Amino acid sequence: MPAKAKAAKSPLMQSSTGDKVFYAINYAFLGLMTLIILYPIYFIIIASISDPDAVLGGEVILYPVRLTLSGFQKILERSDVWRGYLNTIIYTVLTVIISLIVTIPAGWALSRRELMGKKFFMIYFIIPMFFGGGLIPFYNVMNSLHLINTMWSIVLPSVLSVWNLFMTRTFFESSIPEGLVEAARIDGAGEVRIFFALVIPLSKAILAVMALYYAVGQWNSYFNAMIFLQDANLYPLQLVLKEILIASESTMGGSGETILEQYRLANQIKYVSVIVSSAPVIMLYPFVQKYFNQGVMIGSLKG
Amino acid sequence: MSKNKSTAVATDPKDAVTLKGNRMKHLRQNCPWLLMLVPAVLVVFLFNYLPIYGVLIAFQDFMPGDPILSPLTRWVGFQNFTRFFQDVQFWPLMSNTFLLCILGFIIGFPLPIIIALSLNALKSRKTAKVIQTIFTAPHFISLVVLVGMLTLFFGRYGLVNNIIAGIGGERVSYFLESGAFRPMYILSSNWQDFGWSAIIYIAALANVDPGLHEAAILDGASRFQRVIHVDLPAIMPMVSVMLIMSIGGLMGVGYEKALLMQTDGNLGVSELIATYVYKQGLTGVPDQAYATAIGLFNSIINVVLLIIANTTSKKFSETSLF
Repeated sequence: MPAKAKAAKSPLMQSSTGDKVFYAINYAFLGLMTLIILYPIYFIIIASISDPDAVLGGEVILYPVRLTLSGFQKILERSDVWRGYLNTIIYTVLTVIISLIVTIPAGWALSRRELMGKKFFMIYFIIPMFFGGGLIPFYNVMNSLHLINTMWSIVLPSVLSVWNLFMTRTFFESSIPEGLVEAARIDGAGEVRIFFALVIPLSKAILAVMALYYAVGQWNSYFNAMIFLQDANLYPLQLVLKEILIASESTMGGSGETILEQYRLANQIKYVSVIVSSAPVIMLYPFVQKYFNQGVMIGSLKG
Repeated sequence: MSKNKSTAVATDPKDAVTLKGNRMKHLRQNCPWLLMLVPAVLVVFLFNYLPIYGVLIAFQDFMPGDPILSPLTRWVGFQNFTRFFQDVQFWPLMSNTFLLCILGFIIGFPLPIIIALSLNALKSRKTAKVIQTIFTAPHFISLVVLVGMLTLFFGRYGLVNNIIAGIGGERVSYFLESGAFRPMYILSSNWQDFGWSAIIYIAALANVDPGLHEAAILDGASRFQRVIHVDLPAIMPMVSVMLIMSIGGLMGVGYEKALLMQTDGNLGVSELIATYVYKQGLTGVPDQAYATAIGLFNSIINVVLLIIANTTSKKFSETSLF
């Protein structure tokens, strides 16, 4: 790709004044957008390590003021946060393992042209993409399956996304050469063996993409946990965070002084918890970015 | 490939033995595949099809715990729907949902396209890559954290109010102001997702034939003209597919986020059809049949919008989803 881009430009590279203006405006625009993206994240970081009074007093804008790690100390003492963390890790790991077992073989089967009843299965999986029963019937199904208030109410409904299934299918259709499969067949390999010994080793990219998609989805979700879990010991991190972060403004009562005091105590914890909860995903992201991008591109092949 | 082979053999009536052999082979091949499909079929059946069946309660006088179909079921026809149309909340809910989606769409649809074109026009691929990584990062912030960040920035003692107070203005609790809900909701959604949504266009732009650019340069086209006349047309098919999809999902906006942002102060504009379904059906004294009817009404609107968008696109261009 870079080679192509160079070939397109280098031989005829003579910028006119108009082009110079264009490039300048383009740089300015992207620079501004970069600032808009980065500043809020940067502010959260500096606010989390600054003196809470300085943050509340508006002194912290460009750099940390009176460095302190007391916020991090406070969060270390909060057992609900760490239990939520642990729960989320458990739910995420389980979701990823089960979802791969559900999604990858099904994607392979759907990519086979000789599959019996292929049309039926395709329609069967397409319908839920466009139409669903809605929230209440979904809740009732979970209720009658006796999944409410168990960890499985969080894990099981997340183990298959039809989008991901079709993405997997498209990957197999475009990336596993049919000739290779046919050759293995002629060598006497059965379909099961072909899948495990031939297809899976060639499919690390889609395995990575799917694992990441399901993991991020589970890590960040709160809604199912909110409607299905009553036992606070089962709460995932996001639900604990919801209580810490979004104590709605209207519920903070009292005189001006006490409100301010409440803010002082609450805000530092908020800044810190944003960092503690988002750090794993955001820090992992640059390393796995190519897989995510790949995923979007596989998805777009269909369009 | 092998399908051609097997059909060719199968249509040959003389070779009955091979035919039988082929059928056996076909079955032997299909067994593992069908087994591979079982878990996915089961999961979709449980969590997607059973709820579709459960939608029947929208037409019943339903009490939680009742079986969905039994001789005792009291069918009430469209009563739950007409009740919704007469609900004082009906028009506010419709306009809140619709406005939030339309306004979000007006900003959220073109922005990723502009970003992709702009990144693609950078001379340095390396810079483009770095900026793209930065732009995509906020996508991985959870909704809870995003709304938490909003309260930290726009709360009464948040950064924005500190700056306003610093220059002598009045502090405003933006979360209690109904006028601030939509801008906060839409701008934060865009902040989070424009980079992510741009990836698909960036990928399409990477496949533009460099020859087109060379030809345009020979014709004396400026870089900006090339963006408009070479790059933009190249991603148009992708744009129309994305357009159809976003119109189809128009009324299904992120109610999970709206729910997190709701306060007594902004409820007049932040109550959406979907958040209302949640409150009617799962909180307080639940009225499940009524809530299901409202939810069904909402998803029917979505399907209709999708079909309209798809047919229109088919008529005016080559692209369509189905």
